[in-house]
Amino acid sequence: MSEKIVFKHIDEPEQHRIDTYLKNGGYQALPKTLKELSPAQVIDIVKRSGLRGRGGAGFSTGAKWGFVPKVSPKPKFFLCNADESEPGTFKDRELIEKDPHQLIEGVMIGSYAIGANLAFIYIRAEFALGAKRLQEALKEVYAKGLLGKNILGSGFDLDIVVYRGAGAYICGEETSLLSSIEGIKPLVRLRPPYPAVSGCYGCPSNVNNVETLANVQHIILNGAEWFARIGTPKSTGTKIFCLSGPVNRPGNYELPMGTPLRELIYEHGGGMKDGKTLKAFIPGGASSWVMPASKIDVRLDFESVAEAGSALGSGGVIVMSEDTCMVRSTLRLVKFYEWESCGECTPCREGTYWLSKIIQRIEDGKGRMKDLDLLLDLSDNIYGKTICPLGESATMPVTSTIEHFRQEYEDHIKNKRCPFDK
Amino acid sequence: MITKEIEERILGLRNKYPKLKTAILPAFHVLYQEEGYLSPEGIQKVSELLGVPLLELHEVLSFYVFFPTRRIGKYWIRVCDNLSCSLMGAESIIQYLEEKLKIKVGQTTPDGLFTLGTEECLGSCGTAPMMMVNEEFHENLTREKIDKLIEELARR
Repeated sequence: MSEKIVFKHIDEPEQHRIDTYLKNGGYQALPKTLKELSPAQVIDIVKRSGLRGRGGAGFSTGAKWGFVPKVSPKPKFFLCNADESEPGTFKDRELIEKDPHQLIEGVMIGSYAIGANLAFIYIRAEFALGAKRLQEALKEVYAKGLLGKNILGSGFDLDIVVYRGAGAYICGEETSLLSSIEGIKPLVRLRPPYPAVSGCYGCPSNVNNVETLANVQHIILNGAEWFARIGTPKSTGTKIFCLSGPVNRPGNYELPMGTPLRELIYEHGGGMKDGKTLKAFIPGGASSWVMPASKIDVRLDFESVAEAGSALGSGGVIVMSEDTCMVRSTLRLVKFYEWESCGECTPCREGTYWLSKIIQRIEDGKGRMKDLDLLLDLSDNIYGKTICPLGESATMPVTSTIEHFRQEYEDHIKNKRCPFDK
Repeated sequence: MITKEIEERILGLRNKYPKLKTAILPAFHVLYQEEGYLSPEGIQKVSELLGVPLLELHEVLSFYVFFPTRRIGKYWIRVCDNLSCSLMGAESIIQYLEEKLKIKVGQTTPDGLFTLGTEECLGSCGTAPMMMVNEEFHENLTREKIDKLIEELARR
């Protein structure tokens, strides 16, 4: 069994309580950070560890922290993105509900590194239990004097607020998240300026994903080199892979970066359900390109998945079997993006509507052969032409399923019906 | 009915954040928890208590889907029908609930107990199919589980 980092204590029933968390070695990285390390040293350690964002973008966490100006006339803000809503992704919910203190400690260290005195944990509204766990955990932390003014005599002040969203996928995009907290309509913002310079309330801000922050304290305690030795040279550490779809043991698996997909599905996930055959998979949440079963030997790290033609994204692996209709699956994802588009950019707002309308008619047996080129043309007119990646994400299942499963689309069109059972 | 207690909870949010408007969503959450939906009177009250124009409140509120703006059933059932849940049979779960409750998605039972809806990914794909009932998650759904749950809720 490989070494677990963020899931090490996940199945202990009382891990969400501060006493259990302390017993398991929690809140040791915090005093080390505040007493022995300068903010610049913390950033340097995290940079050298190679830790990259686990929300989907895979950007260097240390570098991101380093972009926040050291000296600022305005206050700085630290934000944790707990708006997990990427279809196929369910790791942050487990991390929050079962080990909230691990996340809180990461938020504290990150806030110290960038010099923020107020941090928000932005959690999607539907995670009511998660929000409750975080609030209870924060109460315990304040009671122990680990938050507030002059923490552990270090002179560092920090408050953390749990902020509940209100049901919008787009708020997981960092600039939309900032607007959501500001209490305005959460449309996405053009960058530059980047949040590091002008983020929350126009002040220097930093946003990190839950899983990313859960790793931080372990890096501080065990060292950058320890972390960098796990995984691959460029994708260091472990990753939580969320395995869903028709497999025998779906669930979250924390494995080293670079673990082959075959191992995830057939060893950890117990193989395909009812002995069915793997047909296709999505490696990194809905916002990544669909891949055919022939790519089963891809290794799950940022570089290998990109080389194979998709993206590691959030690590949400959705598996599809021989009896899955690829047209219907694509339609389902496109409808999601159509519904969640914030409407700001024309290519996304109009494009997702047309993608969905055209794929719907193909699924209904009313498609035309030229619809396939139309879908590719539409996708091309969305991709790279919007402020945020939502519109681009809508094109990913479309272009990749047409590439790998064109025959299935053609069968729908020729036979004027969906060949699969409803 | 906006009680004194609700008013005070909302007033308490006024100075909690660096900027006033950050209190809008938390105020909506208070209303929703207390009233089960955001009534026109409730929204008006938030506007008065926070000192934010009604127009700006509606601009924010209309963007999101979490808060109902009309009275709905006592139990709000939301079945996830995104891809992972669909692959695991979400459609037949929705169909079963429609038959069982004798309503369609988007409707409320005549006794005002259940409102049926669908929802985008709820971060529960490994335990699909699943649904939310008010704030609780119900996972690895089967017809038997649904029968038991609906019976229990109807008795409560």
